[in-house]
Amino acid sequence: MDKITSCEQLERCREGIRASRNADLPMVMICFGTGCQANGARAVAEAFTEALDRQGLKVDVDLGIKTTGCHGYCENGPLVAIMPADILYLKVTPKDVAEIVEKSIKKGEVVDRLIYKDVNTKEAIARYTRIPFYKFQQRISLRNIGHIDPTSVDDYLAVDGYAGLAKALSMDPDDIVTEIEKSGLRGRGGGGFPTGQKWRSCKAVSSEVRYVICNGDEGDPGAFMDRSIMEGDPHAVIEGMIIGAYAIGAHKGYIYVRDEYPLAVKNLQQALDAARQQGFLGDAILGSDFAFDLKISRGGGAFVCGESSALMRSLEGKVGEPRAKYIRSVEKGLYEMPSVLNNVETWSNVPEIIRRGAAWYAGIGTAGSTGTKVFSLVGKVNNTGLVEVPMGITIRELVENIGGGVLGGKRFKAVQTGGPSGGCIPVSRMDLPIDFDSLTEAGSMMGSGGIIVMDENTCMVDVAKYFISFLVEESCGKCTPCRDGLPRMLKILTDITEGRGKSGDIEMLEELCDVLSWGALCGLGTSAPNPVLSTLRYFREEYEAHIREKRCPAGVCKALITYSIDAEACTGCTLCARKCPQACISGEKKQPHVIDTARCIKCGVCKDVCNFDAVRVK
Amino acid sequence: MAVDIRKVDEIIGRYARSEESLLAILQDFQREFHYVPEEGMHRLSEALVVPESKIYAMGTFYKALSLEPRGRHTVKVCTGTACHLKGAGQIIETIERELGVKRNCTTEDQRFTIESVNCVGACAMAPVVVVDDDYFGHVRPSKVMDMLNKYK
Repeated sequence: MDKITSCEQLERCREGIRASRNADLPMVMICFGTGCQANGARAVAEAFTEALDRQGLKVDVDLGIKTTGCHGYCENGPLVAIMPADILYLKVTPKDVAEIVEKSIKKGEVVDRLIYKDVNTKEAIARYTRIPFYKFQQRISLRNIGHIDPTSVDDYLAVDGYAGLAKALSMDPDDIVTEIEKSGLRGRGGGGFPTGQKWRSCKAVSSEVRYVICNGDEGDPGAFMDRSIMEGDPHAVIEGMIIGAYAIGAHKGYIYVRDEYPLAVKNLQQALDAARQQGFLGDAILGSDFAFDLKISRGGGAFVCGESSALMRSLEGKVGEPRAKYIRSVEKGLYEMPSVLNNVETWSNVPEIIRRGAAWYAGIGTAGSTGTKVFSLVGKVNNTGLVEVPMGITIRELVENIGGGVLGGKRFKAVQTGGPSGGCIPVSRMDLPIDFDSLTEAGSMMGSGGIIVMDENTCMVDVAKYFISFLVEESCGKCTPCRDGLPRMLKILTDITEGRGKSGDIEMLEELCDVLSWGALCGLGTSAPNPVLSTLRYFREEYEAHIREKRCPAGVCKALITYSIDAEACTGCTLCARKCPQACISGEKKQPHVIDTARCIKCGVCKDVCNFDAVRVK
Repeated sequence: MAVDIRKVDEIIGRYARSEESLLAILQDFQREFHYVPEEGMHRLSEALVVPESKIYAMGTFYKALSLEPRGRHTVKVCTGTACHLKGAGQIIETIERELGVKRNCTTEDQRFTIESVNCVGACAMAPVVVVDDDYFGHVRPSKVMDMLNKYK
């Protein structure tokens, strides 16, 4: 592969790639995201190749086969899209492949049993872009994911890849910063700090050496958009970083990726190698006098390393402890040099903003939060997965229109946003527009965009305990409020959920929250009270039920619940009795069974295996 | 357990001799030996001229590193928020009960190491269990042991 040494050559190369491709050729796009691979996408891909062979069809002559990044609709994987017919098949198995080839490829017909069926309206929809999960989305950051092969730089070039870079190199670096400022882009990693302002401050510091860094240490549980972008469109992140480096005058950059994301590391590495070969990285990028290169660092499985100063220490090969924030990393960051750190999603937006202009981007979303945001819509919701929507959409629109409402027709209770630094927002505030400022006002935060839907069977005290226990584990131990305050909070919350709550507990929690919020060293500690404070603010009565009545209204807290079998619903099939690890369920065949609550360990197996929904938890 | 010193040196040789390579080398040790062996830390300290105490600090700080030998198979039970809501607690308790070990411990026969991890980023398939590199979604307490029994 030859180096591309000018912007004109890049355009010729792009035209060449496009011309060599037949747009009418049927294309089978098989999702190779982590979710679909777990559900057997690899076997489906193999089955396609075999089926073509058997039918005497030739790959790339009669039919194209492409493995892509994550389509986002992971729950229904393996996903197979047929283009240009715009058909999406869900839960495809190798057995379905012959029929898809026979009907869809050869005759252009739809295989009805594999298409989307709406749980609420029962409507069957074959067209990819008509499915509610996709219909309401506007994809900028996820623009290419699912449509290109992440391991092919040609695929990226065919969809205007590196066109933003070419444009940027023709601009004055200062004007690029201005363009990003005007776009209103704010950091997608959690804080929402204006990206252009960050670049401007870093550029203002006089220094020979500067760094750009990509934070791919996506640690918020319940969020996986960065993983999907790194796996599915790695060149977009790389292109964004080259533009950023050119704008601020950096010649070296780092991508810090979570160790739990092996496929992301693999695809990024491959993309870096390809970018180097083609002359997008290295000396004299696209024939200019600008030189820049990137290196991948794998994280070590420490949540606190998502914090900027801790991440930089980790990159240096040190223990990832944060430092006090009066030293800003734009002035003294990695190796004490001015550094710009942005997260994956932020970087992936940059090429499109440069290519299409700040005004275009600023016209999307709300005045204070421009553009789109990727959310991972998960938890107790019908359609789970990654969705990208304009800022300002309401929680209700997100959960009901795209998510198809709460799973199993249960009562919608709350959504949790912002990971362990965020909070729970109750159903009464579902018409809240989602943007950086309104979520903070509601006592939560944007965070990296995890939206976890909770139903009536979710205990809010348990949720608060869950996050505090997460933070106890992940606190680095450097400052006292976080190291000692969080375990105290966990102790109180554990007591409450195990029936030992007493009056004064809530007040003590509030006092500890107050100390953490002003006394902790880094963002992990100062935002740690949010899960407790937000649940106390909106669900105080649940705390009180646990403390005063020793009752868990949602039926979650093990010490406060009992399992029983509804004699009306039980058919006496004996399945639960056979599966119970304690052998504490008894009953005659075809007669209602009974649980010996004294010996029951509340493991949930009986409820799991029961085919008649006869096990009650109260 | 004897560790192949040649392998240790080969891993160290993959990277630039700078402190920056420390975490990457330790992770490669972990991948190769399923833990960070003491001999590895000695050699690394000499090669990179970094105090051993510092390497030890890294080994204890980062969750991906272990100073104790791990089992042949690592079972990671995702306890991210989505998995937690969909019953990850019952999954890990079932595994602990059936295998007779607590989380972050290894079975006596060195077959499994059980870990809870904070989100593997596959939330749409919650609850998720990852055995070595295999992902399992929508795991149920009654089925989890059938799944593990395939790993010898």
